[in-house]
Amino acid sequence: MDRNNDPLSDAQLEHLRERAKFVRLETIRLISIAKVGHYTSVFSCAEIFAALYYDVMRIKKGEPAWPDRDRFLMGKGHAAVGLFPILADLGYFDPSWLDSYTRLGSPLGDHPDMTKVPGVDFSSGSIGHALSNGVGMLLGGRFHKRDFNAFVLLGDGEMQEGQVWEAALSGSSHGLSNLIAIVDRNGYQLDGKVDDILAVEPLDEKWRAFGWEVHTVNGHDIHALTALLRQVKADKGRTKPCCIIAKTVKGKGIDYMETEPGWHLGFLGAEDEANALETIQNTVIS
Amino acid sequence: MNQLISKDSWQYREVNRRAPSLPTFSNALIELVEAGHPVMAGTADLQYSNGLNEFAQRFPERFVQFGISEQNMVSAAAGMATTGVIPYVATFASFLALLCCEQIRMDVAYCRQPVRLIGHHTGISLGFYGTSHHATEDIAITRSIANLAVVSTADGPALAAALKATVDYPLPIYFRIHRGHDPVVYDNGVDFQLGKGIVHGIGNDVTIIAAGHPVHGAKKAMEELNEAGYSVGLIDMHSIKPLDEEAILEASARSKIILTVEEHNIIGGLGGAVAEVLAEKGKGARLVRHGIRDEYSLIAPPTHLYRHYRLDAAGIRAVLLEAIEGASA
Repeated sequence: MDRNNDPLSDAQLEHLRERAKFVRLETIRLISIAKVGHYTSVFSCAEIFAALYYDVMRIKKGEPAWPDRDRFLMGKGHAAVGLFPILADLGYFDPSWLDSYTRLGSPLGDHPDMTKVPGVDFSSGSIGHALSNGVGMLLGGRFHKRDFNAFVLLGDGEMQEGQVWEAALSGSSHGLSNLIAIVDRNGYQLDGKVDDILAVEPLDEKWRAFGWEVHTVNGHDIHALTALLRQVKADKGRTKPCCIIAKTVKGKGIDYMETEPGWHLGFLGAEDEANALETIQNTVIS
Repeated sequence: MNQLISKDSWQYREVNRRAPSLPTFSNALIELVEAGHPVMAGTADLQYSNGLNEFAQRFPERFVQFGISEQNMVSAAAGMATTGVIPYVATFASFLALLCCEQIRMDVAYCRQPVRLIGHHTGISLGFYGTSHHATEDIAITRSIANLAVVSTADGPALAAALKATVDYPLPIYFRIHRGHDPVVYDNGVDFQLGKGIVHGIGNDVTIIAAGHPVHGAKKAMEELNEAGYSVGLIDMHSIKPLDEEAILEASARSKIILTVEEHNIIGGLGGAVAEVLAEKGKGARLVRHGIRDEYSLIAPPTHLYRHYRLDAAGIRAVLLEAIEGASA
């Protein structure tokens, strides 16, 4: 699929909402296998996953290594538990793999691993590398005269890593207009609020100062988010890379996770899990 | 022959301008491109130091100037490699192996990307630029990283042969290159095979196992002592990983002493690698490790440093004699 800048239809919107819900439900199911995991990191970017994989990115079902595909890189690799169900859904590997999540010898762990999981465009786990990996992919793509895009999902805590800013300089300096960074600005990192620990604001001004075009969007408003991603991807006149600051809520969809920051890593347990699944089934996130 | 670009070549009395390794590096990449390989090259603000400006002028579309962002360069090289490009990224060895250790481990080696990491100005070759610029830990760091081969060539011809022989190697390689003034060891070319040391002779008294720049001095020292009636051999162990264990074991079966020579901390470097083989196989030859003895190297012009650390021919000769005399005492 290679989308243009057309408005989204109601049917498309409904499909994306349903896919974001699928990401949340599957995340809960898989973490029940591991007995601990990053629910809230996935819930903040579930709409971003859905918009990219089910609408915006140029990919082919069942062909994870198609050379002309758009690339997706995860700086915030610990949200991989929400990505794996999508990759299985796209036919990149047997969905039965999901049941082995984190078990001995499973290809699926807490972070995405390109050496083990078809459809993972690059491994991550070390914070701050992914934007550089994306820069390199696009330089390689330019050499091969391929016009794919690289979408790099970054955590807002990740902005504290110096290498992110090396890569940001690199992206603008080399005129990589097909490099699109998406900052999942949920405001929290492992030890607390991002701006209490090492302040990153003003993020938009920082990215602009590094030579990027910057947009801000509500990262749970699937209509606005997808429309913006479509527009940014379709804009062939831009000479700069583009950063989308997606304002999100960590744990979006489960009220106590949204308000208690201690849920960066956690485990619901059987009873709370049943309630959480029901809540997500019955909640409409715009 | 390309113009040798260096601000301080006056320091070298015995500069051999026929095949210095850094211009060779650029020329070898140019030849690889001409032979049809999908080669790209990048550096971190050192294109005049490492000779890549020649490559950049010839193939601007294949050259990336990353600026002073070494970690970004290594991670980007891994990304480039996923598209089928073979990236050669070069900077000072001290910065590449130490500053970018984690990027090398995660993005390049763990992800099995065939990136060629070119750490140049190795060991103490940067002389008075300061201890920060001396690379005396890079072998220890890189050889402990799984999937990563480690190669330290003795001169320009050996480097050219190594780059050509390994272009299709499916995994990453860390090349350890001297500063580009290397005296030539291999006038008549080299048959480079990854994992196979080059045997210059097996001695009954001592076999020297050396890598990189000291191979030239070791060869001279070997020849002088053999003329003086001793029985000294030499293996150029350019592949520090994979290591030629067979050659080490053969040498240890024949020689009373194995002497390793390297411009690196003796802990974890070539000497450490050879020690592991000898100890695990329970072989009897006595091992003497010669190099930097777990200290930070001094600041001085390079020639003075090689003399001070006894890594020139005269110094290696003295160390050899001490080893032989110590063994017979």
